[in-house]
Amino acid sequence: MQVTLKISRYNPEVDKTFHYETYTLEAEPTDRVLDVLERIKGQYDGTLSFRRSCAHGICGSDAMRINGRNMLACKTLIRDVGEKITVEPVLGLRIIKDLIVDMEPFFDNYKKVLPYFINDSPLPEDGKERLQSPEARLRFDDTTKCILCGACTTSCPSFWASDEYLGPAALVNAHRFIFDDRDQAAAERLQIVNDVVGVWRCHTIFNCTVACPREIQITKAIGELKMALETGKLD
Amino acid sequence: MKTHQFEVIVVGAGGAGLMAGLYASKTAKTAVISKLYPTRSHTGTAQGGIAAALGNIEKDTPEWHCYDTVKGSDYLGDQDAIEFMTSEAPGIVYELEHMGLPFDRTPEGRIAQRPFGGHTNNETGRPVRRACHAADRTGHMILQTLYQQCIKNKVNFFDEFQVVDLLMVDGKAAGVVAIELATGELHTFHAKAVIFATGGHGRIWEITSNAYALTGDGPAIVARRGIPLQDMEFFQFHPTGIYKLGILITEGVRGEGGVLINGKGERFMSNYAKTVKDLASRDVVSRAMYLEMREGRGINGQNYLYLDVRPETVNKYAALDGRTNPDGSPYTVTGEQILKKLPDIIDFCRTYLGVDPLTQPMPVQPTAHYAMGGIPTNIYGEVLLDENKTVVPGLYAAGECACVSVHGANRLGCNSLVDIVVFGKNAGLHAAEYAQGASFVDLPAAPEQPARAALETFYKGDGSEKVYDLANEMKHEMFANMGVFRIEEGMKHALAKIRELKERLKHVKVSDSGKIFNMELMNAWELQNLLELAEVTTVSALARQESRGGHAREDFPKRDDVNWLKHTLAYAKDGKVELKYKSVAITKYQPKERVY
Repeated sequence: MQVTLKISRYNPEVDKTFHYETYTLEAEPTDRVLDVLERIKGQYDGTLSFRRSCAHGICGSDAMRINGRNMLACKTLIRDVGEKITVEPVLGLRIIKDLIVDMEPFFDNYKKVLPYFINDSPLPEDGKERLQSPEARLRFDDTTKCILCGACTTSCPSFWASDEYLGPAALVNAHRFIFDDRDQAAAERLQIVNDVVGVWRCHTIFNCTVACPREIQITKAIGELKMALETGKLD
Repeated sequence: MKTHQFEVIVVGAGGAGLMAGLYASKTAKTAVISKLYPTRSHTGTAQGGIAAALGNIEKDTPEWHCYDTVKGSDYLGDQDAIEFMTSEAPGIVYELEHMGLPFDRTPEGRIAQRPFGGHTNNETGRPVRRACHAADRTGHMILQTLYQQCIKNKVNFFDEFQVVDLLMVDGKAAGVVAIELATGELHTFHAKAVIFATGGHGRIWEITSNAYALTGDGPAIVARRGIPLQDMEFFQFHPTGIYKLGILITEGVRGEGGVLINGKGERFMSNYAKTVKDLASRDVVSRAMYLEMREGRGINGQNYLYLDVRPETVNKYAALDGRTNPDGSPYTVTGEQILKKLPDIIDFCRTYLGVDPLTQPMPVQPTAHYAMGGIPTNIYGEVLLDENKTVVPGLYAAGECACVSVHGANRLGCNSLVDIVVFGKNAGLHAAEYAQGASFVDLPAAPEQPARAALETFYKGDGSEKVYDLANEMKHEMFANMGVFRIEEGMKHALAKIRELKERLKHVKVSDSGKIFNMELMNAWELQNLLELAEVTTVSALARQESRGGHAREDFPKRDDVNWLKHTLAYAKDGKVELKYKSVAITKYQPKERVY
């Protein structure tokens, strides 16, 4: 089948602002949008720039707006988006070139929530693992799936309005540790997210949940953080 | 041009690079340089588990793990190194747990384990539960956990910097040159010690599980500086890639009881590996699949087979095999349990194939997966220059780009994740220790000049060739003639083709003249790396007149321990490849026939 891609282009060394360029080429319905982008770059226009690596939805490099919605180009098939496809960079982060945005503010927000395991108590005497029940492990399973692609945060109107907002991805990673019963810094992290630019900036719009390519129940996770702050409990 | 100075430079930020960075940072001023954001690294796509004889579910020992790895390597692995790795494995898995890695748990709260190919109870020969897992995203959890620990420990990162050259002065490593992708500017990193942890080069082949990023940058860079590459003819084809796409379907599927089925509806692995059947090592299973397809027993006569993990299929064959739970009760599964244990691969099949593995079998074919060969090192990560194991001062390598050799001619599933953390840690520790006792070597004037000149050549072609086309021709040729089975005529054809493509690469002219994120230039440079490694792989394979592990020759179908129980060292410099050989360390296990 023939597909037409309208792609947002911006080269800061030449352009004052972005513009669209259109490419029409043959594609299979089962091709990934990424496959088509690769073909455009390889055969028609070598200057087209985007990030990609694993090409199957795990590394999180290629979040972009496809027909107005945040998706991973490698996890979106042509048959899912039709013959006319608009491809644009995600919103809310500075465009560096074409589909590549500045991810630094995103990672800076992520780093604010102490996104690492903290437990300074002595290790088990036998040197083996700390015990954790399957139920306790399941409690935070969903939020361990985050690949830091940014699709959620850059779909969030609250983040578009203010990049001071930690954003869904950072809150997901706070959740991953706060609800891990082996970790000892839940109180500290809860204090960090208990802020007007923390969980309270989430207005349950659910864009993040829709955008997440890992199908993490993000709005629910943020809701659990709010509940923990309200009740003082981590149930 | 900017210059930085660090005692230790780590190139690459997957599992090995992050572990090296974490450990080197404890005592030395260290920076980790990576062409990707660290969490984009390919470690994150590893699925099934990390092998360690914890014995959490049934009896297991590091000795068994050692023997299984030696046997899996088809006796080409160095037994001293394998013994070191397998004895370190339980401790390093506990260390990952202590870093917060969310392993799945047994009812007792211990790390959960599942069976995996080639890992056996050495008394019964049957599969043993040795793969420590976190659903089917164990690599993701390892990568995330290590990156988190690096943030916690304030490790220095240079993200999206592509290293393009290694600086050597008087035979010692002295730093690297890298391009900052966001600006196109070249940076010189002056160092006392350099650790390469750049991963594999599976993009040489058409059907591959490997990320776009896996272009063998590290091995190609060091080879240009006169360092040999070891055992490059041994490349693993994983049995179960998604048909045509190559996306990996974990061996954990078979660990949970899934079976391979041919076009006649037969579970054919029982004809090739009587005891462990579908859980034989990967080289054995991939060859069996090719033989089935060649005999016309692919699905509808096509070049694919089915991987079937539907609960009714699993339960049928588990009953036939007499498989039991740890308490002795018969092993059975439900769809819900399969979904819980293998959520990601079920998602892949639904997304890319529209196939639901709980109700339909998955179409699979062998996919290029893992480089057993690479930069020769010892167990400390020190790079070795020759057959006498002469150490290159200040130069280290770890992970898939290195060859210790713990995988020999064929790697067992779940051993790569052990490899990256054990040897990443050791390389980091030893590089930092070396840096303590060493001083910075003076760099030559304009150290970035060779790299700059090399990159500029990609603007000087006549534009009659495109990187995209050359890459496709390489991948197609290598998959056809340097795949699961090899024969002299085919390999010679591949070698001629690769040499032709190297010539044609000179005609490429990069059209993007900008500096900012010039990925077209990077892709051209990466293709050069792939072509050079494809040449080394093919030359090494042509010379080795035997079949061993991942190197299966139709014209020399038997293993030949008299003539070929030795490591290949390929020196690729100035367009030529010269071969030498190095002895294999054999300590406890004399080579014998490999039967599964």
